[in-house]
Amino acid sequence: MTLELFIQYIFAGITYGAIYAIVAIGFNIIYNTTGIINFAQGEFVMLGGMISISLIEYLNLPAAIALAVVITMIIGALVEIIFIRWLQGPSVLRMIIITIGVSILIREAALHIWGESVRSLPYFIGDEITSVSILGAHISPQVFCVLAVCTVMMLLLGVFFKTTSVGREMRACAANSTAAILCGINTRNMVTLSFVLSAAIGALAGAVMSPITYSQYNIGTGLAIKGFTVAILGGLGSSGGAVIAGLLLGIIEAFSVSVLPLAFQEAISIAILLLILFIRPHGLFGSKDAAGLKQF
Amino acid sequence: MMKKYLPFLPLIAFVVCVHLLTSWTGTLYYLTQMTMSAYYALLIIGLCVVMGYAGQISLGHAGFFAIGGYLSAALTTRNLLPFEDTAVLRMLDALGVLMKGQDIYGEVIVVITPWAACITAVCVAALLAFFIGVPALKLKGHYLAMATLGFGIIIYRVVLASEYFGEADGISEVPPFVLAGSLAVSGDFSERISNYYIAWVLVIAGVVLLRNLIDSRVGRALRAIHGAEDAAGSMGVDTARYKLHVFVLSAVFAAIAGVFMTHYNGSIGPSEAGVMKSVRYVAIVAVGGMAHLWGALIMAIILNFLSLRGVFGSYDDAVFGLILIVIMLFAPNGLLRINLRSKLQAFFSRAKRAEEV
Repeated sequence: MTLELFIQYIFAGITYGAIYAIVAIGFNIIYNTTGIINFAQGEFVMLGGMISISLIEYLNLPAAIALAVVITMIIGALVEIIFIRWLQGPSVLRMIIITIGVSILIREAALHIWGESVRSLPYFIGDEITSVSILGAHISPQVFCVLAVCTVMMLLLGVFFKTTSVGREMRACAANSTAAILCGINTRNMVTLSFVLSAAIGALAGAVMSPITYSQYNIGTGLAIKGFTVAILGGLGSSGGAVIAGLLLGIIEAFSVSVLPLAFQEAISIAILLLILFIRPHGLFGSKDAAGLKQF
Repeated sequence: MMKKYLPFLPLIAFVVCVHLLTSWTGTLYYLTQMTMSAYYALLIIGLCVVMGYAGQISLGHAGFFAIGGYLSAALTTRNLLPFEDTAVLRMLDALGVLMKGQDIYGEVIVVITPWAACITAVCVAALLAFFIGVPALKLKGHYLAMATLGFGIIIYRVVLASEYFGEADGISEVPPFVLAGSLAVSGDFSERISNYYIAWVLVIAGVVLLRNLIDSRVGRALRAIHGAEDAAGSMGVDTARYKLHVFVLSAVFAAIAGVFMTHYNGSIGPSEAGVMKSVRYVAIVAVGGMAHLWGALIMAIILNFLSLRGVFGSYDDAVFGLILIVIMLFAPNGLLRINLRSKLQAFFSRAKRAEEV
């Protein structure tokens, strides 16, 4: 393998990896506050891309993306308020089935609104053939947009959880929701907020990745599976682990294309998921003791 | 003893009545969808025992259905003539599992007999269920759901990507499955009635088997596992073994359903392996009331029949998604149960109040 090809694959891997990491962080935010895995997480990414593509006809690019993110946040809030908020002590099986149902409804609604066609946003800088040359490899400027947006999002999330009072309240819910209630935190609102937050980051990632990966009504399931793989790989609930695991999975996937047919690409990441689940369900970076407290 | 088999009488009566009614009114074509619904029901009652009684979710049962269907379709249609002189083929010939057929161009081909293909397909599904089940059933909740979902997607990807399984086109021209004498599973119109009864005999046999399983030691162990797995384990119930057995059994049910459905339709396509199919089976088990074999059977027949008749149109998947949510939100114990129970409660509370007055 030549150096150029190697760098090309690395960048492709990092781009996809960043997206997977964002989806995984979305899983983590909701998991931390509620203890449930939101199977509709991939649908938020799809909505972010599709809504901004529809809005671009009327608005300029930043406004379209911003509005799409806001709309997806509202949808995220509605999902929580309508389907989850009022349930009392639901079983895990029930929650799984409900979020799966929600993901199907969003997907089918998207199918009826946008049809089966594959769409994409225009490139933010230049067009399809614009490229930046790095050590002989040609990288689209959009790749840097994706990486920049994902990095900024992760940093902002870090700042939000560490320094703001709302962020600290959310972390309190994650650590011990009973104690949080005793401190006067409205945990129900925190749960809604966690859905809004993960809808927002999912939608933003969906919009910036759209020029490279394209958007279609059914991309959600694949993204959810890969995001979940990354979340498990990095240790469920750990955002730092999710970033490392996301980049790892993205790069493995990118290089697998050079060895195996493209059609098996998805099968590879799922095989990794199964292996991790079977061998190290607490993830590569998580500790076994901490994982023992969770619902395996 | 007799009492146990009493509920089967209305079922058999229903099956016969549907046949008579459709033949009187000249609407025998309904039997085609009834036959297909029956095969789906066979899978669903198997899944019902895994989900409802053992409490383990599986989002990968369409995968087992597809393994059954695809393997039997591939083995009975793929020409083995180029391998005529190999030792393996001579051995197969000696075992009497080869037969001559014709491809769509009228050329003579050599294929595996449906019986041998069926047994192979079911065994492969059972083995895969075993190897997936050993590690997967150690997981709980979200992890088990994701693991089985992942398994289903891998099967889907493999059939979609491999030439042997016909890629996006699937496999067609699957020959009839001759069970005995002139009794054959095929989509031939002249054999519609016999096929209808073949499907229902399979379903009833399946229900009898599962009913007995549930009422046995195994069934009690399973319910203990569902209630509290750790407690069951501490009472000496070998939880891992029981869960695995039921999982493998349900995979066998799914594979048999796949084999028969494929011979009945004469073809199979990748949509049968899709994630939405697995979710649909889970939805039907949920509507039936999870731990409710008869409920699952009734809902499987009603919903699959409506879906196959095209009642839901392009909202087919959306309807099942909606059913899933509504049932889980408002009636997690199933549709049949909530009506009966709340009505009974309302009735009794009224009676009580009347007494008090």
